[in-house]
Amino acid sequence: MVKITLVDYGMGNILSVQRAFEYCSAQVIISDKPQDIKNSDFLVLPGVGAFADGMKGLSERGLIEAIIDFASKERPFLGICLGMQMMMGKSEEFGIHEGLGLIPGSVVRIPDQDVHGLRQKIPHIGWNSLELPSEKENWNGTILEDIEIGETVYFVHSFTAAPENSENRLADTYYNGQLISAAVQSGFLYGCQFHPEKSGVTGLKMINNFIKQNNIK
Amino acid sequence: MSNIRLMARLDVKGPNLVKGVQLEGLRKIGDPHVFAKEYYDQGIDELIYIDIVASLYERNNLLEIVRSATKDVFIPLTVGGGIRTVEDVRDVLRAGADKVAINTAAIKRPELIREISKRFGSQCMVLSIEAKKVIQGKWEAYYDNGREKTGIDVIEWAKRGYELGAGEILLTSVDMEGTAKGFDVDLVKATSNAVPIPVIASGGMGNINDMISVINDGCADAIAMAHVLHYKKLTVQEVRDYAASCNVNVRRLKHGQDNVG
Repeated sequence: MVKITLVDYGMGNILSVQRAFEYCSAQVIISDKPQDIKNSDFLVLPGVGAFADGMKGLSERGLIEAIIDFASKERPFLGICLGMQMMMGKSEEFGIHEGLGLIPGSVVRIPDQDVHGLRQKIPHIGWNSLELPSEKENWNGTILEDIEIGETVYFVHSFTAAPENSENRLADTYYNGQLISAAVQSGFLYGCQFHPEKSGVTGLKMINNFIKQNNIK
Repeated sequence: MSNIRLMARLDVKGPNLVKGVQLEGLRKIGDPHVFAKEYYDQGIDELIYIDIVASLYERNNLLEIVRSATKDVFIPLTVGGGIRTVEDVRDVLRAGADKVAINTAAIKRPELIREISKRFGSQCMVLSIEAKKVIQGKWEAYYDNGREKTGIDVIEWAKRGYELGAGEILLTSVDMEGTAKGFDVDLVKATSNAVPIPVIASGGMGNINDMISVINDGCADAIAMAHVLHYKKLTVQEVRDYAASCNVNVRRLKHGQDNVG
């Protein structure tokens, strides 16, 4: 059985994420100990809330170094929602804050006007479709393998990650015409802005792909 | 335009799913989890659980029902009824809820909205408003399942709730709830146009055209269904397919939620 370490740093819906991984037959270890993180095979960084609070939660538990260390060893990592945003270098949410820097880029506010200048509702809440970035041919060999373009997943966020390099953009979505980075990748490091644990069959498919990664890589 | 969300509303009393008319005269329907799982399998977008006696008897009994939902229902869950403090919210979120719906406690102490949205984010603070029509174009907010008057104007309350940090509004028409005679479209429209946050229309859906009019004419961002689903008048797939055929933006699903695992 695949063992997943789920980082508990006081931000968000740990139980729902745990249940989704268990449903996909993974064994879940919930931990806030640097040693557990360094020694784990698969690491999942969930999170709901503000960027600065999230980084503070990691830092107070001495987890930042452990996560960066884990990520440097080519082991599967998944950041969910705030977890994905923290993978970036920095955030502009309520001031400039430093992130984990696993993928070059920053976190910026979704504009409250759409591409036509009309007021749009923030946060971006709801089901939206996964689209292939123009530079990508397909999702083969990634955690989105077997997910069709246009399948929908559940988003709830006011800020969005903007990777610097287009090769790190794994999937996009559009909110009133505005490009939003739905998933990012750098080798074995993945991040998704949507909540796979709340995205029905499509989310579970992605989780399944993530835990089977040794087989698909 | 983002997708209109289709939600099922599960009113719960003790261990049972119940349904009333105008929030009164409750009838037992069955095991809430069986219905939740069924709607999930049919492809519902979100579920709303409301413990409809909790604020009367000052207790919280939904946590177990929510915990069991998280085992095999992988969509957003909103939970309301009897939530009075930030600690209550923390417990509900820990049990697996994604959002909380607050009515009575927010009316008694509006600052609670700010406290919740500050601590957990506005995305999880749903302001639940029970609205009764006073005269054409004017509605009063109620609590305790439409029994207690507040003297507060619904539109003003919605705006205040938004300013305090509410991320969504669950808007229930007490007049239409359980009647299957259609949504109060004017109410939904007046509220939706007054606030820049999503409004979930609840109460009154009896057929599929009721949904189309509350979306097209009422500017609803989401609809909550109970009667039509609980009494098996419609399936989620029928609702979704019909909405799509009327050019309403809904997410497209091939066959509901097939099992994977």
